[in-house]
Amino acid sequence: MSDYNFAYLDEQTKRMIRRAILKGIAVPGYQVPFASREMPMPYGWGTGGVQVSAACLMPEDTLKVIDQGADDTTNAVSIRKFFEKTAEIAVTEKTREATVIQTRHRIPEEPLTEGQILVYQVPIPEPLRFLEPRETETRKMHALEEYGLMHVKLYEDIAKHGHIATSYAYPVKVEGRYVMDPSPIPKFDNPKMEMAAIQLFGAGREQRIYAVPPYTKVVSLDFEDHPFDPSKANHPCDLCGAEHTYLDEVIIDDEGGRMFVCSDTDYCAERQAMGYRGRLSPEAAE
Amino acid sequence: MTIQPLLSVKDIRKTYGDRVGCSDVSFDLYPGEVMGIVGESGSGKSTLLNCMAGHLPPDSGQVLFDTRDRGMVDTLTMSEPERRMLSRTDWAFVHQHARDGLRMGVSAGGNVGERLMAVGARHYGNIRTQAIDWLDRVEINEDRVDDKPSAFSGGMQQRLQIARNLVTGPRLVFMDEPTGGLDVSVQARLLDLLRGLVREMGLSAIIVTHDLAVVRLLADRLMVMKSGHVVEHGLTDQVLDDPQHAYTQLLVSSVLQV
Repeated sequence: MSDYNFAYLDEQTKRMIRRAILKGIAVPGYQVPFASREMPMPYGWGTGGVQVSAACLMPEDTLKVIDQGADDTTNAVSIRKFFEKTAEIAVTEKTREATVIQTRHRIPEEPLTEGQILVYQVPIPEPLRFLEPRETETRKMHALEEYGLMHVKLYEDIAKHGHIATSYAYPVKVEGRYVMDPSPIPKFDNPKMEMAAIQLFGAGREQRIYAVPPYTKVVSLDFEDHPFDPSKANHPCDLCGAEHTYLDEVIIDDEGGRMFVCSDTDYCAERQAMGYRGRLSPEAAE
Repeated sequence: MTIQPLLSVKDIRKTYGDRVGCSDVSFDLYPGEVMGIVGESGSGKSTLLNCMAGHLPPDSGQVLFDTRDRGMVDTLTMSEPERRMLSRTDWAFVHQHARDGLRMGVSAGGNVGERLMAVGARHYGNIRTQAIDWLDRVEINEDRVDDKPSAFSGGMQQRLQIARNLVTGPRLVFMDEPTGGLDVSVQARLLDLLRGLVREMGLSAIIVTHDLAVVRLLADRLMVMKSGHVVEHGLTDQVLDDPQHAYTQLLVSSVLQV
């Protein structure tokens, strides 16, 4: 047995965070303030997500942690290890087997099911922040549903680039009420937010928790003549051949060579195990 | 038949501790009328304007506005969402410094479009067309629509601020020294523009200024303030040509005749 309390945080803190989570679920999209604790990692590494995960975890849970879709990057590995050590729970890389999934900037390709919890790490929870720096004012704007400013940002995009160039952290309206920053997930993932699992968002530095309950309406903001477009790179995955997944572009030599691979490593590996092949699969290259 | 006033101000009083900001100010403003408020620095004219526009809560008094749906309503006691809605639609506020009234990080078109989007416009093409139309009306060239206000001259910024405020077709405009800080030739063009817009749109306006030339050109009626009190009011030409109160006489005679 480790010397830590289960899942690192003390019980009173977990209780406080659970209350914030419940309030967040009761008011979808509303940013609930909570007394964020110092965590043994720097801000920006998922301190909010870790606290929300810690408050959700039960000894029988199975945890999956992803960072930009991958299970094997620094952030994912260190957070997974953290909970292995402090909560002694089972961990997995399989989306289907996990009950709690902490994610940084992606929603898994595999559709989530009821009973699963998706925990997002959020750097800046306030979607209006870059347009209105005053917290007092943005709170008032949320309270009075004054969201015209959000469209000013999209207007600027079109005026500058000819189309809505915001490609991540694309603002959404939850259940026809609160405008919410879905954390920096690619806008390709936005339509997936109407899902069966519970989605929780934790911002440690900004001390905010918000939530989207299962089967909640989540609409990406747009203009009538510039509708929302969940775009992705126009390629199949070079390892598994999938044409419906979000892709990372990887530079593979210094002669302009590049490949596109699924950003969701678990999904890609599973497809390859099922026999799907892409342009640069080891067998195909031989 | 009596005409219903658009704005009716009753006994507005605002103090800052022991000091009087403004006191016992009452007047009616009728549709299409432009009222000038003049006075020296510290006479309480900006305090009065901010009280009327809802930026400052007065200690006592009423500001009744003829709303579209409910008739005369005291704007000081109406709910905050309602008051903010009013200040986005039927009211406009032109600040002395354009940067107070503009979003400096957003393009000219976005600045003009903001009020449209705030009242629910969601068609990019239409918003842009209207923004360009308004830039044209305030004599800003169409090819500047995607430039930020920081790239504009002072006079252009002020004109942009006016376009941004008038795009939703307000009925009442509050102006706080709209020509302050501009050089005389730019002032003249701005005044010309304002006069045209006020007549064309049938706007009612309250203009606070210390520049008598501004009120002479724009205002139908004039209120002279000193130490928080209204010392004289009447038709603009009457007050300026035949000042009765000693302070008004001083004010009028202080203007250099070139």
